[in-house]
Amino acid sequence: MTETARPIIQIQNVSKRFGKVTAVDNVTLDINAGEFFVLLGPSGCGKTTLLRMIAGFELPSEGQILIDGQDMAGIPPNKRPVNMVFQSYAVFPHMSVADNVAYGLKIAGVKGGEIKDRVAEALELVKLGGFETRMPDQMSGGQRQRVALARSLVMRPKVLLLDEPLSALDAKLRAQMQFELSDLQEKVGITFVTVTHDQDEALSMACRIGVINKGEVAQLATPSDLYEYPANRFVADFVGSVNIFEGKLTLDDPDKAAVDCPGLGKVYLNHGVTGPHGADVWIALRPEKIYLHVPGEGKAVKAAAQDAPDGFNFARGKIKGMSYLGDITLFEIELESGACLRVSRPNLSRHDQDDFTWGDKVSMHWRADSPVVLLG
Amino acid sequence: MALFARTPVAPLEYSRTLWMRLWVGAVMIFLYAPLVVLVIFSFNDSKRNVVWRGFTTKYYEKAMGNDQLVEALLNSLTIAALATIVSLVLGAVAAVMLWRFRFPLKSAIDGTISLPIIVPEICLGVAFLMFFAAVNWPTDLIWPFNLGAITIAHITFCFPFVTMVVRSRLATFNREQEEAAKDLGASEWQVFRDVLIPHIKPALVAGALLSFTLSLDDFVITYFTSGPDTITFPVKVYSMVRFSVTPEVNAASTLLIVLTVALTFVALKLQGVKAIAETH
Repeated sequence: MTETARPIIQIQNVSKRFGKVTAVDNVTLDINAGEFFVLLGPSGCGKTTLLRMIAGFELPSEGQILIDGQDMAGIPPNKRPVNMVFQSYAVFPHMSVADNVAYGLKIAGVKGGEIKDRVAEALELVKLGGFETRMPDQMSGGQRQRVALARSLVMRPKVLLLDEPLSALDAKLRAQMQFELSDLQEKVGITFVTVTHDQDEALSMACRIGVINKGEVAQLATPSDLYEYPANRFVADFVGSVNIFEGKLTLDDPDKAAVDCPGLGKVYLNHGVTGPHGADVWIALRPEKIYLHVPGEGKAVKAAAQDAPDGFNFARGKIKGMSYLGDITLFEIELESGACLRVSRPNLSRHDQDDFTWGDKVSMHWRADSPVVLLG
Repeated sequence: MALFARTPVAPLEYSRTLWMRLWVGAVMIFLYAPLVVLVIFSFNDSKRNVVWRGFTTKYYEKAMGNDQLVEALLNSLTIAALATIVSLVLGAVAAVMLWRFRFPLKSAIDGTISLPIIVPEICLGVAFLMFFAAVNWPTDLIWPFNLGAITIAHITFCFPFVTMVVRSRLATFNREQEEAAKDLGASEWQVFRDVLIPHIKPALVAGALLSFTLSLDDFVITYFTSGPDTITFPVKVYSMVRFSVTPEVNAASTLLIVLTVALTFVALKLQGVKAIAETH
């Protein structure tokens, strides 16, 4: 985050309708100068439409978009101070790498000598120095993407828009590019706005994330806030893996609360919720926040926790499913109520996966500050 | 033993199976044997040109010395060149327009644009004859304006071919490239010049080749639209054949074949192997 949170893009009450379909529904959103902003959402949620409206390829049905304080209404894409990296990269196949990168500068009428310097600088920035004379069909997908990046960055835009930049890369390259994009953004200091449906991508790269659902902003937060304090069931479920239980708020004091869930039993919280008594709420509990006891260990922990019964939550169940993923093992545990709970357990030693087997009766606990109470 | 060292024929390696080779050979003979005979007999030292009587090139000299034949060839080349250039522009613009824009009567235009390809040539020929007579098209103009009627007729049946190949090429265009160019500051015209034209270049070359060869060898429509004093190469050859098939006709035809093959070769070189690879 930059020291001054000056908005560079202001999206104000923007809606976009295609015939009867509302792709973007009354979105208001500020993107700050110098930040790495990610629009996250499932496919078809309207995030790409929002990006294309910033670029000028779609016009809002209602509302206005301001870039650096200037209203963009009536300004065509070729006159906007933003550049876009397309999902297909859209590298010009009949031009060499250098010609691709130089294209925008030539159109802008920059002088030949300066073009050469700036192209070299941009290619160096994306680690494609020495590739000037290559043709796009002689390059890999990852390299073509770098060409597209350089082609946009060379224009020194106020904002760089990236449409699903990593979706076409393989897993290893994607992880590497996540770091590189973050690095690049810090180095050039340009505001990046990325669209993605991949939560890992969003969490690892973003300063702030706007989660979009059905054309509306579901939540606007930093990656850790989004994960630890989801605002609603959609966000809790879309970002990361989660157990959600419906319940009623039965106790709501400033320093503690309790939710009675038919599926999970009584869940204690060490903070207030500020909701009406008896209201319908949902409890969201991340699988990694649940501690699974190896047989025999549970009793000792419970005994130790007797002094502070509200500090821990307990549950019992039977292992119904297990999947070993290497770094962690995922358990599906059938509770006494019949509901299922997903629990993940890190494999801290090389034998941890042997601690449990199908059908084992197990006990679990989680801290009173782990569950999130969702009102919507 | 080389026979046993040979790698076995893979299931999809049809080009290495005997029956496929025989079939391809038969097709090639069927296609090219008449042309080969034509070329060989252009060197035949016989006026009647029925049996081989020895090698000579004198009929080439005779053909080149035949002023009417040379004039006809020159006319044909001029018409073909003009028709190609106009068809290319007209055809490409029509293709881009039909691909890019929505306008009233679009589907009607879309349906009728390829009509000149479908309508029998003889009908087109008669239609042109009536049309030019009806508008009192002048027939006594000086060269090259005396070729106007024929050129217009040729453009009519050439440009739909250009439209057809350009449209099929446009169907493979990635619209994001157009948006990328605009995003980098290009105007509509710059997008057209720098992105769209390079993309459809292979189709333009193919369309030009089609137009040129179609125009060059057209007989029926030309026959109806040529005035009393304008004659094209195919029409001239036809009138020569009416008297007798001398090796001179063969020689002239061979020259035409060489010319077309050379042009095709140059066009493919211009287009480059790269452009063909780009289609993928």
